[in-house]
Amino acid sequence: MIEWLGMPVGASAHAVEVDRLMALVHWLMLVMFVGWSTYFTYVLVRFRRGRNPRASYHGVRSRWSTWAEAGVLVSEVVLLVFFAIPFWSRQVDALPAEQGSTVVRVVAEQFAWNVHYPGPDGVFGRTSSDLVSADNPLGLDRRDPAGRDDLTLVNELNLPVGRPAIIWLSTKDVIHSFALPQMRVKQDAIPGVLQPVWFTPSETGQWEIVCAQLCGLAHFRMRGIYRIQTPDEFQAWLAEEAKYLPAY
Amino acid sequence: MEIPYTSEPRPDTGLTNPKIGIWLFLASEVMLFGSLFSAYALLRMGAETWPDQSAVLSVPLATLNTVILIVSSATIVLALAAVRAGRIDAYRRFMGLTILGGAAFLVVKAFEYSDKFAQGLVPATDNFLALYFTLTGLHALHVVGGLVVNLYLWGPGVRMWRTDPARFTGRIEVAGLYWHFVDVVWIFLFPVLYLL
Amino acid sequence: MAGPSPWATHLSHAGPCSLAALRTAWLRYPNLLRRYLFSTDHKVIGLQYAFTSLFFLLVGFSLAVLIRWQQAYAGQPLPLLTLLVGEVNAPGGIMLPEFYNQLGAMHGTIMVFLGVVPLAVGAFGNYLVPLQIGAPDMAFPRLNLASYWFYAAGGVVMLASFFVPGGAAMSGWTSYPPLADFAPQGQTWWLAGMLLLVLSSLLGAVNFITTIVQLRAPGMTWFRLPFFVWTQLITSFLLLLAFPALQAAAILQGMDRLAGTSFFLPSGLMVGGQAVDVAGGGSALLWQHLFWFLAHPEVYVLVLPAMGIVAEIIANNSRKPVFGYRLMVYSIFVLGFLSFTVWAHHMYLTGMGTTISAIFQATTMIISIPSVIVLSALVLSLHGGSIRFNTPMLFALAFLPMFGIGGLTGLPLGLAATDIPLHDTNYVVGHFHYLVAPGTIFALFAGIYHWFPKITGRMMNETLGRLHFAGSLVTMNLIFFPMLMQGMAGVNRRLWDGGAIYQHAEPVLYLNVPMAHAAFGLALVQVFFIVNLFMSLKGGRRVTANPWEATTLEWAAPTPPRAHGNFDELPRVYRGPYEYSVPGMDVDFLPQHVPDAKAGA
Ligand code: HEA
Ligand code: HEA
Ligand code: CUA
Ligand SMILES: [Cu+2]
Repeated sequence: MIEWLGMPVGASAHAVEVDRLMALVHWLMLVMFVGWSTYFTYVLVRFRRGRNPRASYHGVRSRWSTWAEAGVLVSEVVLLVFFAIPFWSRQVDALPAEQGSTVVRVVAEQFAWNVHYPGPDGVFGRTSSDLVSADNPLGLDRRDPAGRDDLTLVNELNLPVGRPAIIWLSTKDVIHSFALPQMRVKQDAIPGVLQPVWFTPSETGQWEIVCAQLCGLAHFRMRGIYRIQTPDEFQAWLAEEAKYLPAY
Repeated sequence: MEIPYTSEPRPDTGLTNPKIGIWLFLASEVMLFGSLFSAYALLRMGAETWPDQSAVLSVPLATLNTVILIVSSATIVLALAAVRAGRIDAYRRFMGLTILGGAAFLVVKAFEYSDKFAQGLVPATDNFLALYFTLTGLHALHVVGGLVVNLYLWGPGVRMWRTDPARFTGRIEVAGLYWHFVDVVWIFLFPVLYLL
Repeated sequence: MAGPSPWATHLSHAGPCSLAALRTAWLRYPNLLRRYLFSTDHKVIGLQYAFTSLFFLLVGFSLAVLIRWQQAYAGQPLPLLTLLVGEVNAPGGIMLPEFYNQLGAMHGTIMVFLGVVPLAVGAFGNYLVPLQIGAPDMAFPRLNLASYWFYAAGGVVMLASFFVPGGAAMSGWTSYPPLADFAPQGQTWWLAGMLLLVLSSLLGAVNFITTIVQLRAPGMTWFRLPFFVWTQLITSFLLLLAFPALQAAAILQGMDRLAGTSFFLPSGLMVGGQAVDVAGGGSALLWQHLFWFLAHPEVYVLVLPAMGIVAEIIANNSRKPVFGYRLMVYSIFVLGFLSFTVWAHHMYLTGMGTTISAIFQATTMIISIPSVIVLSALVLSLHGGSIRFNTPMLFALAFLPMFGIGGLTGLPLGLAATDIPLHDTNYVVGHFHYLVAPGTIFALFAGIYHWFPKITGRMMNETLGRLHFAGSLVTMNLIFFPMLMQGMAGVNRRLWDGGAIYQHAEPVLYLNVPMAHAAFGLALVQVFFIVNLFMSLKGGRRVTANPWEATTLEWAAPTPPRAHGNFDELPRVYRGPYEYSVPGMDVDFLPQHVPDAKAGA
């Protein structure tokens, strides 16, 4: 089923679960639709005026429709209780430990994704809205010791494969929605709220960061690039980027 | 063809049309003010700081206004009783008092507002004042609406008493229900905005 | 409005309806304005609603056609476009994103609040409810009039907003702040328009409920009400109790925009690198909660009257009682109650914990059950029938599978896990369009074809009707099914370029072109309808009071029903609404008002 649906490739650990549920629901939908349509077509043909000039006051008497409805209810409860709810508490609600994860900040603004790595010290430098300028969109304070080694990028996010990634998401202006289709990740960035998202990339590749929420005129092209790299590539990339850090 | 049950109740429901109408309208008003009160609760719970409400606003003036509204709610009950008893001049007296009460409420409110403005306190100052002005402003609009209706029923509308007393009585009852509602909203607003 | 007015038929009850008749009428009644523009007769108000809302449907549809064209041919100049929408919106024939966003927001708003609801409730409800319950009019005729004029004023404000500096609202029909707080002036107009529309709905809702409770004819007990009346009753309760949340929200957003408050603006916002000069401390999510508290019940407002219309037409044309009438009534009660408990399923991805999301997922799954029951009952009603396939019946029948697709696609959206990839994609757009376009709009078309003979005394043309039906069915599916495919592939909604910039959209991008052509096709086949409507007013085959041999009370009234009063004599009701093919009778229908079974003919 999932191949027919035409979803983008699923390249994170939890994508399998999302896709399995997606396939299951669509099976349920298909069965219901085909079942009803078949019956519907049958009654339309069988009980057309030409074939059945005199209607029956009582119509159907059997109770199978009640069973069909009960079946729908049971299937929905199963999907909900055994798939959807456990998934949410395991995957979306519970954050993994920061040690052992790649931790990144992403700050959305009209119309770009600002990406902030804490650098080798693992601590994000201080940021302040007073420092925000065209070449410092995050308002990062480079004089803060924790901030000297921080990497900042625009519309570019690199992550190592096989290691949980925690992204602290926020926005400077309006609501955006941070979506990585291949990771099966989507999270609204709400002003005034710092919201974590996490996932474990399971395949390497290069894809696009999508803004999924209408955020103004250039919403349609608020796009970034994200790369899932091997751990070595990722380390090499970090080292390369660190070379361009301003000296203090 | 006449619309039935405008003044005499329908036997199986025991109600007249206007009475059902006003209760439905008030139900929707409850949802309106309920939404705004929820907004208040949500914003206050999420706020880092919240001013000491009773220090910003004038509790004595609000208490005075509470008394005025409660009294005017009582006088409109008396007005209805007078209509029911067929004493139309007593009705006009009590309805007149109700109108005066509503007007007095607005005058006091105007004092409060202008005092705030004079201190530079406006809706944009902070979320508490924003809520204060929005909620009391909307309430004041409801008072104005009630006043207009009551004035009509006190003045030109009273003519109906001679042609259709049952329908007129129904109107006073409906106006009374609305006026009580305006009063009740204030009785919620007062502690929430001034005291809590 | 071109052509003779349909109200003309009300001028004299028997006389022919022609321009000449109109002219004599004008001379006879110098106060025509008062009679037909400011009439308090529910039928005249219903027709005013009908024509105004059809006009708005047409406007909303035109905007949709532009949307579809733009998504297929983004960035390609179309000089005609500049002519149509002006240099400001499409310089050199290329549509600006500003204007595209206006199209989206205003299409949604117009379709929902100015098109479908006013047609389903304002027009059908107004015209039919008093007739079907055997009442002389609505309980509050003057409120009814006021309700129409508030609606018309709201519509004027909305349309006018296209011409203010910066254009109309452009933050989606959902108007999420902070974006909407910062949007140009048009957004304020949108808020003002919404307040007028809310007011209109509230007056209407009070009126409908009171009418149904109080003015039922003798013998019209609750369970003898036609299903359509039940749907209008529940709809009115939803309007009455859900709309105030949007009223409150609109007031708060208005304050943010006009008085500089920050109800929806948290502290520390920066727009374009500049700190926003407001007090802060607000909550952007507050708006979403208030909005969806209205907007979810609102979607059932869109669909309940449609279900009512379909039930009437199916019973009538299958010549048998509907299946499980009481069960259907109970189901829509449950639907009504539950619709207040699911709103946050539009907000799964705003950062929700397990408990809250579990609650809303559960309510969302539960609410699908009453819909399944009603739909199943309608399908089962056909079993054992003697089905007449006329135009109204075709539209009503097509409603069932189309609603099925729309409703079923709601399920993956209702599960938070599968909503992750689907949220804000075209899958959502496909989901709800199946419900509102080939769903609700089809039901409304069915209703128009079905009740036209009651209103005018003439039939609509059957051939044109069938062409309209077949054309609409095919083109609608060609527009909306690809949306589901695109959404599944991850293509977002509200994209000026239809997704062309994104790699993952590439495999399904080509679909935008046939979708655009299908939208043009859909527009073309509407010509059959418009021609049919106006032609039949004058030239339709004349019919008697009950051409469909129906059982409900509106068919007991003269055609057209008496101005101010409806019936020659108020009817008395002896039985339930759908006594078709009662065993042992010669004729296959037994109207509600006929005392004796033998007198059925
Ligand atoms: C008429 C309008 C309408 C109706 C009835 C529904 C019905 C449902 N909707 Fe939908 N919905 C909308 C209009 C509607 N919706 C709109 C407008 C939006 C988007 C708003 C926006 O963001 O702009 C939306 C969005 C929306 C979302 C948010 C998605 C997102 O933004 O990510 C969700 C999530 O839960 C949802 C779920 C549902 C569910 C579970 C139902 C259920 O009630 C459906 C139950 C019905 C069935 C299960 C069908 C059963 C019938 C059969 C099986 C019969 C078949 C018969 C034959 C084949 C003959 N809807
Ligand atoms: C009731 C609601 C409703 C209805 C009926 C429709 C009907 C249609 N809608 Fe839309 N739509 C919405 C509600 C509705 N829509 C909403 C809420 C949104 C979201 C907006 C947002 O993103 O904020 C949306 C968004 C939306 C989009 C996505 C825009 C985007 O994401 O950027 C598209 C794109 O194709 C679209 C297309 C259409 C089309 C082709 C129809 C067609 O089906 C239209 C069919 C119409 C007719 C067939 C008209 C018939 C009328 C007549 C013929 C009149 C006759 C007149 C006289 C006699 C006077 N709609
Ligand atoms: Cu950012 Cu859309
Ligand atoms: Cu919903």
